[in-house]
Amino acid sequence: MALLEIESLTVRFGGLVALDAIELAVEKGQFVSVIGPNGAGKTTLFNVIAGVLRPSSGRVLFDGREVQGSRPAHMSHLGVRRSFQVGRPFSSMTVRENIRVSAAGRRILQGLGCLAPRAANRAIASWVEELIGRVGLEDFADRRAGELNMGELRRLEIARALASHPSLLLLDEPAAGIGADGIGPLAELIRGVHRSGLTVMLVEHYVGLALSLSDRVVVLDEGRKIAEGSPEAVRNDERVIGAYLGKEGSRAATVNPLGGES
Amino acid sequence: MSYLIVIGVTIAIYAMLTVALNMVVGYAGQPNLAQSAFLGLGAYFAAVLSTRYHLGFWWTIPVSFGVAGLAGFILGAISLRLREDFLAITTIGLNFVVVAIFQYIPFFGGAVGIYSIPLPTIGARTFGNLDFLVVALLMLALVVAVSKYLEKTWLGASLTAVRDDESAAASVGIPVASYKVVAFTLSAAFAGMAGSIYAPFLSAITPTSFGFTESVVILSMLIFGGSGTIRGALVGALVLGALPEVFRFISNFRLLTYGAILLLMLRFQPQGLLGEASAVSSLIGKVTAPARRAADSRANGRAGEGRTRDRGTPRN
Repeated sequence: MALLEIESLTVRFGGLVALDAIELAVEKGQFVSVIGPNGAGKTTLFNVIAGVLRPSSGRVLFDGREVQGSRPAHMSHLGVRRSFQVGRPFSSMTVRENIRVSAAGRRILQGLGCLAPRAANRAIASWVEELIGRVGLEDFADRRAGELNMGELRRLEIARALASHPSLLLLDEPAAGIGADGIGPLAELIRGVHRSGLTVMLVEHYVGLALSLSDRVVVLDEGRKIAEGSPEAVRNDERVIGAYLGKEGSRAATVNPLGGES
Repeated sequence: MSYLIVIGVTIAIYAMLTVALNMVVGYAGQPNLAQSAFLGLGAYFAAVLSTRYHLGFWWTIPVSFGVAGLAGFILGAISLRLREDFLAITTIGLNFVVVAIFQYIPFFGGAVGIYSIPLPTIGARTFGNLDFLVVALLMLALVVAVSKYLEKTWLGASLTAVRDDESAAASVGIPVASYKVVAFTLSAAFAGMAGSIYAPFLSAITPTSFGFTESVVILSMLIFGGSGTIRGALVGALVLGALPEVFRFISNFRLLTYGAILLLMLRFQPQGLLGEASAVSSLIGKVTAPARRAADSRANGRAGEGRTRDRGTPRN
């Protein structure tokens, strides 16, 4: 059985159909990317999975349970964690505290456990240090998150999402806003996270990055799924190229927009 | 001397109110312009119960705490559905409603309020001003201790997370709604506790003492001192509480002064006098930096050893 199943999912905002009868399944351990031009509905899809948006119709099954319309905190406790497209740190807290509070989990947060001092939990403290090392933020652990630059914020987002040992990780454009030389290390980090056994879904504008990391790619355009398959299959799919060419006109006329990192 | 003690009690009561208000405004980042209504609920219940039903002072403390806490719980529950600006207006409305209840419900004595509130006793001894000061300071110490402890807990950090970014807080599993209610409840309950000593200290209370303007005064104190920190709440209550006493002429323009201070602070130094990253506290930070660095490196040395040990043990 798939970890995540999406059945005829439709989201309407007034008259606008943001997602139109989407079908999607993600197996445990897979790396699935969702790509598509601006306004294709990628972030909307993530917002539904993360519980931020209630779909107009259709079902979302996580681990076999219907979860559409559940609240974000509930989805987080079920094991679905996300990073945000725009970095959203707890800016007055240090990097360490950001990760620590994200690691608390259901048992601490939903009972009298929330009245215990944070520092007393040694297991979480050492896990937080491990995570800080894993995302390479050792030098910034005591820095206020509000002072981080874009690349560091991305790493903090990922560490925070990983903090509660999720089973599905949703990465919303983790490469947005970081320079070309930041993308390589970031890709390495994401690849490592996936190799450690996590199921990953990635929404990405850098199509090259998405194709290089994924087992499977889903292409959305104007709320509809227009293609799905291996990175190679998607790269050569007429409809996909058309969708990108149609949107990006002149620049795309000379370059295959799905051509990869080049 | 006795005059100084009276000022001391007043400031201690204000400090309880600002430290308690800081739990909602400072930690959780929710606007609250009804703090004096919670003080009023505490004061009125203490006054009515001790005057009419001869309940001892010490028993009125938990009652005032509980009644105001319940009112805070209700306000918190209402607040869940509101955005910040609407919530601010709602709290103002609530303050007016509470004052109207004091004014029009006979149980609370109507417009004349409640007078001849008996002085508390301890054993055979009746309270003098010094006893009031001691008890007020003990109560303040309790509020500060609870607040300090709260900062160390998961709940405390989660409230800060809610203040910084509500959506991100929810995405890491923080039950945003129920934590807001907890903050409102705690804050109101301690304001109510302050009311239980406020009433017998004044010996007479009227509805107008707990109006919206008084809530603005309490909020001004917190913002002036530095919202989000206990030290800011304490210093704000101390400075702005003492100001009208030191400069008598200010007491005629009290609201004008507080209003102006609130506006100027929000415009030029929103962190307050001693808040995180305010001008004064970063100055103090710079002056004390060498000593703190030394202490830090000692602490880090220890933490480092701990980490090495932890790495050896398998984690599930």
